[in-house]
Amino acid sequence: MNTIIFRTFAPYLTALMVLFSVFILLRGHNDPGGGFIGGLLAASAFAIYGIANGVTPVRRAIYFHPISLAGFGLFIATLAGLPSILAQVPFLTGLWVYPKIGSVELALSTTLIFDIGVYFVVVGTITSIALALEERLED
Amino acid sequence: MNQTILLLLLPFLAALIAPALVRVLGEKAAWLLALAPATIFTHLTGYLAPVAAGEKFTMGLQWVPSLGANLSFYIDGLSLTFGLLISGIGTLIILYAGGYLKGHPQQGRFIGFLFLFMGSMLGVVMADNLIALFVYWELTSITSFLLIGFDHNREASRRAAVQALVVTGGGGLALLAGVIVLNLITGNTELSLVLNSGDVIRESPFYLLAFWLIIAAAFTKSAQFPFHFWLPNAMEAPTPVSAYLHSATMVKAGVYLLMRTNPVLGDTAIWQTVLPLFGTVTLVIGTLLAIRQTDLKLMLAYTTVASLGLLVMLTGFGSEKAIEAAVYYLVAHALFKGALFMVAGLIDHEAGTRDVRKLGGLRKAMPITFFAAALAGLSMAGLPPFIGFMAKEEIYYAIAKPDAWSVAITVFTIFGNALMLVIGAAVAILPFFGQKVETPKHAHEGPILLWLGPVVLSICGVVSAIFASATNLLFISPMASAVAGDSVYAKAAIVFHLGVPLTLSVVTIALGCLIFWKLEKARFAMAYILRKIGWGPDHGFDQFIAGTVGLSTKITRIIQNGRMEAYMTTVFLVFGIAVWSSLYIFDELPNWPRPSGLSFYETGIFLLAFVGLLAIIYAEDRLTAIISLGIQGFAVALIFILFGAPDLAFTQFMVETLSVVILALVMTRLTLHKTDHRPFYEKSFDFAVALTAGSAFTALLLAVVQVAFNPALSEFFAAYSRTIAHGRNIVNVIIVDFRGVDTLGEIAVVMIAGLGIIALIRIKGRQPRVEGDQ
Repeated sequence: MNTIIFRTFAPYLTALMVLFSVFILLRGHNDPGGGFIGGLLAASAFAIYGIANGVTPVRRAIYFHPISLAGFGLFIATLAGLPSILAQVPFLTGLWVYPKIGSVELALSTTLIFDIGVYFVVVGTITSIALALEERLED
Repeated sequence: MNQTILLLLLPFLAALIAPALVRVLGEKAAWLLALAPATIFTHLTGYLAPVAAGEKFTMGLQWVPSLGANLSFYIDGLSLTFGLLISGIGTLIILYAGGYLKGHPQQGRFIGFLFLFMGSMLGVVMADNLIALFVYWELTSITSFLLIGFDHNREASRRAAVQALVVTGGGGLALLAGVIVLNLITGNTELSLVLNSGDVIRESPFYLLAFWLIIAAAFTKSAQFPFHFWLPNAMEAPTPVSAYLHSATMVKAGVYLLMRTNPVLGDTAIWQTVLPLFGTVTLVIGTLLAIRQTDLKLMLAYTTVASLGLLVMLTGFGSEKAIEAAVYYLVAHALFKGALFMVAGLIDHEAGTRDVRKLGGLRKAMPITFFAAALAGLSMAGLPPFIGFMAKEEIYYAIAKPDAWSVAITVFTIFGNALMLVIGAAVAILPFFGQKVETPKHAHEGPILLWLGPVVLSICGVVSAIFASATNLLFISPMASAVAGDSVYAKAAIVFHLGVPLTLSVVTIALGCLIFWKLEKARFAMAYILRKIGWGPDHGFDQFIAGTVGLSTKITRIIQNGRMEAYMTTVFLVFGIAVWSSLYIFDELPNWPRPSGLSFYETGIFLLAFVGLLAIIYAEDRLTAIISLGIQGFAVALIFILFGAPDLAFTQFMVETLSVVILALVMTRLTLHKTDHRPFYEKSFDFAVALTAGSAFTALLLAVVQVAFNPALSEFFAAYSRTIAHGRNIVNVIIVDFRGVDTLGEIAVVMIAGLGIIALIRIKGRQPRVEGDQ
């Protein structure tokens, strides 16, 4: 699998896929997509990078240990449920705000934060499994 | 919120701040920390007058009201007296722990554990809700585990801690089952309401079940024979723990439970047979084993076992007089046993040994300790003018009846009480009188933190007897009324009444003095007998644990044999058989679907899937087979797209890709033959298994599709996805909004599974480790 073409090409492909996964994540509420799919996409991006160029560059690129990304995701997903307690509605009820930046109206919500949490959990978990397996391959 | 509820939660708060406070103030923090139980004690005394007047209080917080589980409390004579003992003795114990573990690096943690235990114990006796009672009950098991195993570097204390946890925790499970049965019979989860349904419970067909479950919980907690062994072993704990666990708390929880349920479970033939029987046996065995010991703490521990037996016997004896005697003895025992344990610890602390044979002539060196020991020991021996004497009089008054059953019990009780007198005298006299013996440490009086507790408790033992009418009015009568479920007026007084009880008391004292005179001989005789028997429940416990471990090892070897093929064959076979047989039994076999016109591209996709299937079967090596599996998955994803589920298709694509990648990675890790080497019969068997599971799944899906579709949910989601959740993508809205809590749970599972997988990957196989490597 370690052809020179694949190795040269993989970083760009990974970058593109991660970017696309963020796009998929953010558009999820209204069009096909969402945190789960986006997360899977980003995880496969990292897996490809790992297969092509080895695990060390991937780990350096992600900077954090992938499982701690998963932990972060679970943390903010839980946090996303807390504002509903202040608003005295059941836990995890979606709350929306529409701030105007210039002439653009942004739709922000706790469900978006929750979805980002899902994204991180999936990316973190799958990536760390894939990387751990690839690492064993190397030694 | 109600002040009482807050105060009942106060010990848990104190547990939180205790370590920090001890770090700053050292052992002086005990004075400050003791304010917590002292506050509870003072607050509870406010209830004395109304409760004595017959009032009962219930209060609480809602917890899971839909399940009837609430954090509610019930204050009547029984729980109030218990609560006062727990908080009052608790105050003294905290002070004592301050002095006893002075300078110990873990003192803060120790006091924290004590507070946790105190809070749990208060909860047990005050809880109104049955579920809350169970939770507190288990909390006492867990916190006593922490306390007994405090000195966790010693194997004996670890073993004792585990033993206590297994025995009392096991009893806790019986309690859970018991309260559920009580709840099912009465339909109530509040004790205060359950207590009104005595007749319903007694006539219920499940009475026996409830009875045995409650008995199992109470007997394990209160160390009744044959579960008595954990209690003396718990002496491995530091002395403040023993003093607390044995006087007012832990072991009395079982007695509390019996007393609490007496109005609804009592007054039946089995109650009045089982309780006195086990109680009396425990009394006799406990005192006999106590004689055998030379360690002050162990002598006291076995008499605690005996005293618990006495209490259980009295609770089940079946007369109001006996219950009054039980209540009297319970209070007396809490006072003198708490004091004596603290004395034993004090002697150990100052003289360096607890072995009664190595102690003597300490009364000059430790006058205050001697004073407390003498008062408490005389109370335990049942001599006037102590509350122990009154308790004994009450006992004889209650049980000395002319019928054979009562006579037998009376005889054994006299014997037990005489031996109790021997131990009381041995603890109070032997270390202090006689020749001054050279002790490991130079003995002198301990600090105030250490002697305050025993002095206060032993003086209480006199005062409560002298002011008997107040004791009767405020403590004994309300508590006995609560236990009997009927108004009881205690009239015991310290003045002598000539009659049967006094005669029996004199007999007891005479017998006791005789045995005390020959104590050495009695000890050797007991030691000889025990050596001859050679087996005891304590040893049995070890055998039980070893047997359990052995059995589970054997079962694990069979189930977890480490062969992937065996696991997969089992899963698929069980799945296939379960689905087929349930479809058949419930007559839900699907009809063969009518062929409907497939368009050319649909046919194409099916053909693609079929090609994938053939490719897997005929693949030359494993990697090709894995990738061919991907063809299958992609075909399914195409079908999802055709039927308008782009999200599903998208996910399916990603999952298929990733699973091919991960499977390929895993495969390269395993040392497998590149090609399939199974012989023909194995292949045919695997084929049959695959066919069973696959056809079962097909049949299941066909059957599901043929059931009339209920569109309620889809319509709800379609209607409200945009209006409530502001999203057009229904799938995503379901995931992150409508069923958000589900998703939260799922991502937690995903992450935990990931952690597990990483841990498994990290385990390097059993490679021989080279010296100096690593």
